[in-house]
Amino acid sequence: MLEPRRYHSVRLDKDRCKGCTNCLRHCPTAAIRVRGGRAHILDNLCIDCGECIRICDYHAKVAFTDVMANVKAYKYAIALPAPTLYGQFRGLTRPEYVLEALKKVGFDDVFEVARGADIVTRAIREKLREPGQPKPLISSACPTIVRLIQVRFPDLIDHIVNIRQPMEVAASVARAEFCKKRGCDPSEVGCFFITPCPAKMTAIRTPIGQKQSALDGAISMLDLYGLLLPHINEMLQDPNYEPATGYGVAWATANGEANAVCPDNSLSVDGISNVIRVLEEVENDKLSDLVYLEGNACMGGCVGGPLTFENSYVAKDSIHKMVKRMPATHPDTAVPGSMLNKYPTKNDLPIEPNTAEKLDDNMVEAMRKMKRMNEIIARLPGYDCGSCGSPTCATFAEDIVRGYCNEMDCVHMLRDKLKAMAEEMVELAQSHRE
Amino acid sequence: MEELFRITYPVKAADYVTAGQASTDIKRKLKQLGVGGDVLRRVAVASYEVELNLVIHYLGGELCLTVFEDAVQLVSSDVGPGIADLSMAMREGFSTANEEARSLGFGAGMGLPNMKRNADEFDIQSEVGKGTTITMRFRLS
Repeated sequence: MLEPRRYHSVRLDKDRCKGCTNCLRHCPTAAIRVRGGRAHILDNLCIDCGECIRICDYHAKVAFTDVMANVKAYKYAIALPAPTLYGQFRGLTRPEYVLEALKKVGFDDVFEVARGADIVTRAIREKLREPGQPKPLISSACPTIVRLIQVRFPDLIDHIVNIRQPMEVAASVARAEFCKKRGCDPSEVGCFFITPCPAKMTAIRTPIGQKQSALDGAISMLDLYGLLLPHINEMLQDPNYEPATGYGVAWATANGEANAVCPDNSLSVDGISNVIRVLEEVENDKLSDLVYLEGNACMGGCVGGPLTFENSYVAKDSIHKMVKRMPATHPDTAVPGSMLNKYPTKNDLPIEPNTAEKLDDNMVEAMRKMKRMNEIIARLPGYDCGSCGSPTCATFAEDIVRGYCNEMDCVHMLRDKLKAMAEEMVELAQSHRE
Repeated sequence: MEELFRITYPVKAADYVTAGQASTDIKRKLKQLGVGGDVLRRVAVASYEVELNLVIHYLGGELCLTVFEDAVQLVSSDVGPGIADLSMAMREGFSTANEEARSLGFGAGMGLPNMKRNADEFDIQSEVGKGTTITMRFRLS
């Protein structure tokens, strides 16, 4: 029986794909191949970062997210906007405008994920006070970074903080509070994250570190932007509304989390290739004087997500201006300690390494393959042209030893072979005449 | 024990652009082979230190990774100046790094002690005017 395909939000639109090689080199985990004239995403290596969505000129890479019809399937629906959503509307002074707009487009209630970030901030700060924490402790907020660690840095898994993402904590609180308020059953309520990226959608469908997500789905900011825009004119009027702190809202931008969690000794890194370089340093034990590391797959943090509408620099500026106007209360004081006991904030499953990069389960066999791989690499031209459909000559060699293709799939090797054969034929023909 | 895989990386002296590339590749290869956890972390630290040593202190050289069925071996050999006093060089905090290296944050005098701490077996041979060879073995349990 075939293994069930792993769920991924990032997918290929076959009809749009031209089979070009633009996406190949931009994939940080080398998870794309072009075969049979179109791209294929390798399920076991894809970390849903969305780099291919950004780079594809033909818009053949798409992020699958929920549509409003999925929301309507529930008797009640709660919108949980990522704070990034506030950065999508120029000149926005307060989150309440967006929250009210969300209610106008069909949600029964709203709950800010920035409040989830406040609770998570407090939970991580308590964790940091426990002795024996690995240094640095690495944020779990960006699911792409967690998956990157599973694939490329499995030995750093124990550095990932054992605290859930803000959207998860927010959803647990939102559902419980809503059911209490309305006297309804939790199963009647759909909790939908308003997402800036495909990775969060994947994290909801196939959670890491949790048996089940507290959310029921995610809606792309791009899909909601147009719907919300005409309604950004009135503020939420809810006597029970508890605003998030400015610290929670700032999680939308790079360094927001690090600044809230550990302002004195943390590092914030954004852009997946930058994060990879820093994780190499952590692996080399060169950053062990650091307490906390925040890594964002997207440049600028979540405001740079592939499903955002506004230019990420403008969005960052909007968020920072909004944060400046908010009271400077820290989550330590804003979040009552009882919240941490009342709602689940910790993972209930260990994070497992992803062994997709292993050449073979048997180490001796793996070494045999690696030896062959190096022999093949020595024969290849080293152009990394992508014509064979693999991102680099080295990956091509790996694909050969894994049995996915053969050396003649390299156009340069094929040309040389044809040339040699042609010469041989000429030689043969001539010898026959004599 | 039978040698299963070997790869040699040339390391250029004072080349801070490519510094760290060999150890990054070593880590990647070990992960592909299925070497993980504690051993990988120790090889990572030691290979980076030894590679940077070749860049900083010596006249360049090579780093050789050999994988056996039961162990990973790293051998660094150089044609550098050699170390006059080995016991001094092994002391934490002792460094002869030049200004350029120090300005880049190296030269804390932790390189050799760090390698020794992370390897299961550590051997250093040096002759002034000829060069230094460091051999480190990491057991695969």
